[in-house]
Amino acid sequence: MSDQPSALATNFADYKPLMDRNAALVEANRCLNCFDAPCIRACPTAIDIPGFIKKIATDNLKGSARKILEANILGASCARVCPTQELCEGACVLHDLHEEPIQIGRLQRYATDRVVLEKKPLFAAAPKNGKRVALVGAGPASLGCAAELAQLGYETVCFEKQAQPGGLNTYGIADYKMDYATALAEIEWVQQMGVEIRCNTEVGKDVSVESLMNDFDAVFLGIGLDGVGPLGIPGEDLDGVRDCLEFIAELKVRPKEEVSLVGKTVVVLGGGNTAIDATTQSARLGAERVYMAYRRDAAAMGAYKHEQELAKKDGAVFVYNAQPVGIEGANGKVTGVKFVKTAVVNGRLEYVDGSEYVLDCDVVLRATGQGKLTGLIAMFDGVETDSKGRVKSAEDGQTTNPKIWTGGDCVSGGKEVVNAVAEGKRAAQSIHAKLGAN
Amino acid sequence: MADLKCNTAGIISPNPFWLASAPPTNTGDQIMRAFDAGWGGAVWKTLGEPIVNVWSRYGSVDINGVKMMGLNNIELITDRPLDVNLKEIYEVKKRYPNHAVIVSLMVESKREAWHEIVKKAEDAGGDGLELNFGCPHGMSERGMGGAVGQVPEYIEQITGWVKEVATVPVLVKLTPNIADIRYAARAAKAGGGDGVSLINTINSIIGLDLDTLAPNPPVNGLGSHGGFCGPAVKPIALNMVSQIGTDPETLGLPISGIGGVSTWRDAAEFIALGSSSVQVCTAVMHYGFRIIEDLVDGLSNYLDEKGMTMDELRGASLPKIRDWKELDLNYKVNARIDQEKCIGCGLCYTACEDGAHQAIFSRRREDGRTFVEVKPDACVGCNLCSLVCPVDGCIDMVEIPTGFDPCSWEQYQSGEGKLAPRPAGH
Ligand SMILES: Cc1cc2nc3c(=O)[nH]c(=O)nc-3n(C[C@H](O)[C@H](O)[C@H](O)COP(=O)(O)OP(=O)(O)OC[C@H]3O[C@@H](n4cnc5c(N)ncnc54)[C@H](O)[C@@H]3O)c2cc1C
Ligand SMILES: Cc1cc2nc3c(=O)[nH]c(=O)nc-3n(C[C@H](O)[C@H](O)[C@H](O)COP(=O)(O)O)c2cc1C
Ligand code: SF4
Ligand code: SF4
Ligand code: SF4
Repeated sequence: MSDQPSALATNFADYKPLMDRNAALVEANRCLNCFDAPCIRACPTAIDIPGFIKKIATDNLKGSARKILEANILGASCARVCPTQELCEGACVLHDLHEEPIQIGRLQRYATDRVVLEKKPLFAAAPKNGKRVALVGAGPASLGCAAELAQLGYETVCFEKQAQPGGLNTYGIADYKMDYATALAEIEWVQQMGVEIRCNTEVGKDVSVESLMNDFDAVFLGIGLDGVGPLGIPGEDLDGVRDCLEFIAELKVRPKEEVSLVGKTVVVLGGGNTAIDATTQSARLGAERVYMAYRRDAAAMGAYKHEQELAKKDGAVFVYNAQPVGIEGANGKVTGVKFVKTAVVNGRLEYVDGSEYVLDCDVVLRATGQGKLTGLIAMFDGVETDSKGRVKSAEDGQTTNPKIWTGGDCVSGGKEVVNAVAEGKRAAQSIHAKLGAN
Repeated sequence: MADLKCNTAGIISPNPFWLASAPPTNTGDQIMRAFDAGWGGAVWKTLGEPIVNVWSRYGSVDINGVKMMGLNNIELITDRPLDVNLKEIYEVKKRYPNHAVIVSLMVESKREAWHEIVKKAEDAGGDGLELNFGCPHGMSERGMGGAVGQVPEYIEQITGWVKEVATVPVLVKLTPNIADIRYAARAAKAGGGDGVSLINTINSIIGLDLDTLAPNPPVNGLGSHGGFCGPAVKPIALNMVSQIGTDPETLGLPISGIGGVSTWRDAAEFIALGSSSVQVCTAVMHYGFRIIEDLVDGLSNYLDEKGMTMDELRGASLPKIRDWKELDLNYKVNARIDQEKCIGCGLCYTACEDGAHQAIFSRRREDGRTFVEVKPDACVGCNLCSLVCPVDGCIDMVEIPTGFDPCSWEQYQSGEGKLAPRPAGH
């Protein structure tokens, strides 16, 4: 067996590779160390960015990692997966000088990898205060909440239905940003603080909601969203039509050769960042052609511009104004997607009569938006949702049931890992304010 | 293209750029390659009694990720046999008659020893001699180099011995490891030296390895103080060169300027402070002989643009260097921020607030950006904000007429002048 990564695995090489010391020093010293720095305000977890960067400049990597991780316990993940162009780096004052912004994400990785991936303890659990908090799910929101609570002396137990913790950070994020093993290594580091995680344990099935409510002093809902459901068009049961999240999870946990798409044509349905991820990763798995079909025009596409560019660079063909109306197949297998062209008439999206056409393909990936876990939420008495099925919560994360807090995608409807961590942490502080006093 | 031809105490070179006596001038082969690349002269790596070097020799100061802002070494004079060096000097001179080959010398402080080495260097064809009274490490423990350069009497005496036999110009290379360079320069002149070269390296410990706690560069777990050079030392060298150029006793003494020259701009500064030629070591050790192309090109373009000759540039800054007591206390400047250019980094605010005179105020604008402005009544015009501002031309120091005549400390003390009002508390 050779040590060389396979060709397909090479396609998934780090999108933001680890910097070496000298590159990091040069970059760190480019940071101006702004007063009242705008990058900090653009970070949902408000990491002291100039502070950690200047510590890199002095080779104080432990201090740098501490600064990052005390603000954001998943700082090593966020270094890789944050859309920094839209957040911290997007706010860097260097844009005004028409210079490249500081590569905050890569510096953050440089500072945190050594601590987190080598599992060096940095924060200790406080002596137990006798209070217990149950967390439903072990995704970024719950981990952010549990890590903070553990440091405050709470016993924390995350119940996770999947085989491994981490939620979409483990199973969903594009593999060239974050791979499965790294995500799990980071969680092991978090667990050192005394966060317990029970996997393969679905709340509402393997453990009852009632028992959580009775056995714990507070409950945190970090359940995220559901999968991408069917569109309700004919042919969706054909072999080769899939929820893109399932597809991504599979390519992350299995050797790339086993999920290769060499020679295949893929149609991705959707126009958001998830659709982009399904697109780029199909291309990197060797697909001959990848279409990303979106029902509106380019201007309306929700995916970040930089992500769109990435998909185009990977060779994807964007098909705009394409409404899927049926999936065609033969012998039980998909052979194509039938579309009708759309146009905006008087502000409304309408189909163009007689404009049907078929894109031949072997695989169809649904990326049209995740559903809500309505059934699960309903099991929690008194927890209300809004018209879109999102869990209602106060600014501090408390739900309409005063014993239950929440945060992350199930509240926002789908944001980023960093938002989930920030909201989880904020909920922990609120829980502590309410429970901790006595 | 400006004429860069240069005469340093009678040593003629096609341009003022010489390689300093150091590793780049170890061998004839190197020097010939340097001359081919365009260097005007070379000071041969110091000749003397054969020595043995340690292996690990150099350490560096890297600043903010930039390599080798300062270099130090614990290397001694040449470790090659004297006759091999002399033969190579002869070869080089035969093939490059128009380039300057200066032979650097250091032997024990005995008259015969100096007489002997001077004759050998001249027989080999050297255009000039440079007496190494500078090396601050190793050789100084043996009573040579810096041990001589720190005592003006020794400088004068040994220079005298050399001049007894020398027929080519003699430059005395001075050490900066002294309290006042003027005494050393005066001694060199008194001994008959035709000119001085400065600075040699500054005594230093470049830094420690914080894992082993041994100094750099480590020699089997131990270290020694060494000689510091490179870009970081230039300001010290410039000052010393200017001191010799402004000292009435050494006025007009030819100078070969050394210390941190990396670019044509550095060279122009040394020349404007009175140097005839300049010598370069660290920059060549870092980037090689090829840097000569821009040294020559840049200096020549500068002279052309200024409409100046080398002779006109030489020493042109000296009349502008004065004692502090002669400076005008009524010359008022104030910082002014160009709001169009400002990127809102707030560095000026922090610097002035904590490190100067609390004369800048800062607030967060509605769009979240930082807005800064100078409080004219509080600004003392110290320049700090304009030094830290990362944007070119964003903070200008503008002159504010006071309506008062110029007044120096001297004039103020003698009651001749009146001071313009100053910000409260100053
Ligand atoms: C394809 C894709 C790509 C993405 N790429 C990025 C990116 O590049 N950068 C970025 O910052 N963000 C990205 N995101 C978003 C990010 O992954 C989410 O915002 C983040 O993971 C939300 O965290 P969470 O904890 O709220 O939810 P999740 O990560 O969804 O975690 C919820 C957890 O709860 C568990 N759970 C649910 N129901 C139960 C139950 N009944 N019992 C027990 N456990 C349960 C789930 O199994 C899951 O592990 C991406 C999302 C997707 C879908
Ligand atoms: C490794 C090294 C060896 C040196 N050896 C000598 C020497 O043998 N004789 C000498 O006069 N100066 C020697 N010097 C000093 C240089 O000639 C020069 O004066 C000094 O480096 C300052 O110039 P720079 O800043 O351009 O390097 C040496 C410098 C270095 C770095
Ligand atoms: S805005 Fe940019 S330059 Fe300023 S502190 Fe943040 S990263 Fe550094
Ligand atoms: S010149 Fe000095 S005193 Fe004036 S604003 Fe700038 S830093 Fe402050
Ligand atoms: S240092 Fe310069 S760019 Fe930064 S806030 Fe001050 S004036 Fe503006």
